Amino acid sequence: MSKYTVDKNGYYGPFGGAYIPEMLYPNVEELRKNYLSIIEDKTFKNDFHQLLKDYVGRPSPLYFAKRLSEKYQTNIFLKREDLNHTGAHKINNTIGQILLAERLGKKRIIAETGAGQHGVATATVCALKGMECVVYMGEVDIKRQAPNVARMKMMGATVIPATSGSRTLKDATNEALRDWINHPLDTHYIIGSVVGPHPYPDMVARFQSVISQETRTQLFTHTKKEFPDYAIACVGGGSNASGMFYHFLDDPEVKLIAVEAAGLGTDTEKTAATTKLGKEGVLHGSRSLLMQSPDGQVIEPYSISAGLDYPGIGPQHAWLFKSERALYAQATDEEAMQAAKLLTQLEGIIPAIESAHALAYLEKQTWKKEETLVICLSGRGDKDLDNYMKYFDL
Amino acid sequence: MTTKIKKERKHLLSIYYTAGYPYLDSTLSIAEELQKSGVNFLEIGFPYSDPVADGPTIQYSSQVALKNGMTLSVLFKQLQSLRDKVQIPVFLMGYLNPVLQYGVENFLKSCQEVGIKGVILPDMPLYAYENEFKPLFEKYDISLVFLVTPQTSEERIRKIDRLSKSFIYLLSSNSTTGKHLNVDAETEAYFKRIGEMKLNAPTIVGFGISDKNSFENAVKHTNGAIIGSAFVKQLHNSDEYLKKIKPFIEEIKK
Repeated sequence: MSKYTVDKNGYYGPFGGAYIPEMLYPNVEELRKNYLSIIEDKTFKNDFHQLLKDYVGRPSPLYFAKRLSEKYQTNIFLKREDLNHTGAHKINNTIGQILLAERLGKKRIIAETGAGQHGVATATVCALKGMECVVYMGEVDIKRQAPNVARMKMMGATVIPATSGSRTLKDATNEALRDWINHPLDTHYIIGSVVGPHPYPDMVARFQSVISQETRTQLFTHTKKEFPDYAIACVGGGSNASGMFYHFLDDPEVKLIAVEAAGLGTDTEKTAATTKLGKEGVLHGSRSLLMQSPDGQVIEPYSISAGLDYPGIGPQHAWLFKSERALYAQATDEEAMQAAKLLTQLEGIIPAIESAHALAYLEKQTWKKEETLVICLSGRGDKDLDNYMKYFDL
Repeated sequence: MTTKIKKERKHLLSIYYTAGYPYLDSTLSIAEELQKSGVNFLEIGFPYSDPVADGPTIQYSSQVALKNGMTLSVLFKQLQSLRDKVQIPVFLMGYLNPVLQYGVENFLKSCQEVGIKGVILPDMPLYAYENEFKPLFEKYDISLVFLVTPQTSEERIRKIDRLSKSFIYLLSSNSTTGKHLNVDAETEAYFKRIGEMKLNAPTIVGFGISDKNSFENAVKHTNGAIIGSAFVKQLHNSDEYLKKIKPFIEEIKK
């Protein structure tokens, strides 16, 4: 058992747990008791991997980025989660959770979404399985991400605006939790990241761990190396990073680097750099690092990327940070946008702005010729074209 | 010190309201007015930015209270003269994160100093209380009030009963605050089932109690009920909010 994965009490060091009101206890307890036996079951595994293969298009390629490698004088591989159906890694988790919800006999699915990628991935699997789907999305994000709202609606989902608080991802999560409280029997809540009460952070990490599982095999085929020197991913809540790190956690040779959104800079108020500015606290059911006022009120984060502006990080990340197993770095809006442009022009791949934060880390360190880096390209940039057009005056 | 909420008492009426709403310094005057109107005990909410167990009314009052500058430090300062003015039992209700930042021990010490009887923290789970915080609550003689829902198992209710020092907060249904309670046969059977369990702790029904009718239904098999959102709504948008309190309570109690 790795000391970096969840312990038997649902904690990662001091982080994690299930800080939920009694109204959610039966649902979360039902999940906690059953999730491992369900996802370890042979028929579940078959169904999961079949869908990942035939529907999502896995394994996603591990692509050697030749021109990018030349530029940085090292060996850079991109794990192409952007090539998945629906355009990001999010679908790995929603496929897993919809199969789980089916086995728990649930009839109705709810989800929260920020940029809309997780909402789309949830609406997609609900259409696939013919389940009722309700997605909560901040009123502000609904305006910022109109195409994703349309995609969800076209797939038959009901999109409900979260009008409380700051009307973004954190508030959409609050609304989804309130919905779950009010529908205690027939509903499963598909959380989109490695956040929330135990067992969510562990369950979502397991579904996303297919990323590093494939990476190991693919890297060996490419290079005959067992593992890379560096595994790099962006972190909002942290699901693609958890997936990218999962099968390398106990290989100390692999340096794990998580890149947070610094927004306009960590010395400004417009940032989402949780490990820089956060303190221990409880939000959405788990104890982790949290951006908050001295009085314990949650602070609204900022990033140009809607998928990274969450005021906390998953409890596993808080633990990887505190135990120094992984390095938590930051990239500003400007650094991410320039990295996106560079990748586009050197490799012909338009990344999601979220993933561009991971790419921006290439500028932050000097690399050796013999080193191997794997960067998780968590999503594609189609959804961000509006932003890119404005930013680069295209 | 105030008296205990006794198991023999029936028809107890408690009111919840948010500290710092509608104005920062409303907290004590509302408490006094409620006592004068014959309310049996009080729950004063301290606001949080992300109140997941609450419906729109209390979300709104919390947001306004935060904007008005309410924090735990400000609240405890306001409550310093609580015991000179209010003799009925007073509980604090809120979420865990502001308490963690204030410091759990510091918080309980402040509660004791101003004469708070107990606290309701919906997102403090039973296991965390047992494993981590129980000795501190006992040290300062502050009781933690646990919630019970229609889905809570009998075994868990028995455990909660053993840990409860003041009362058990019985949710009328599995819901957020401020939904109107429809008393159907199922709810009635649930209240009755709890009544027949002969628990040691008094049971007080909350969530969805808004008027005389829902109050009467709730207290038939229990010791009392709590009104929150319906009361907070009375305070909304009115400089005359103190004058609205007495008629609202009289209507419930008549």
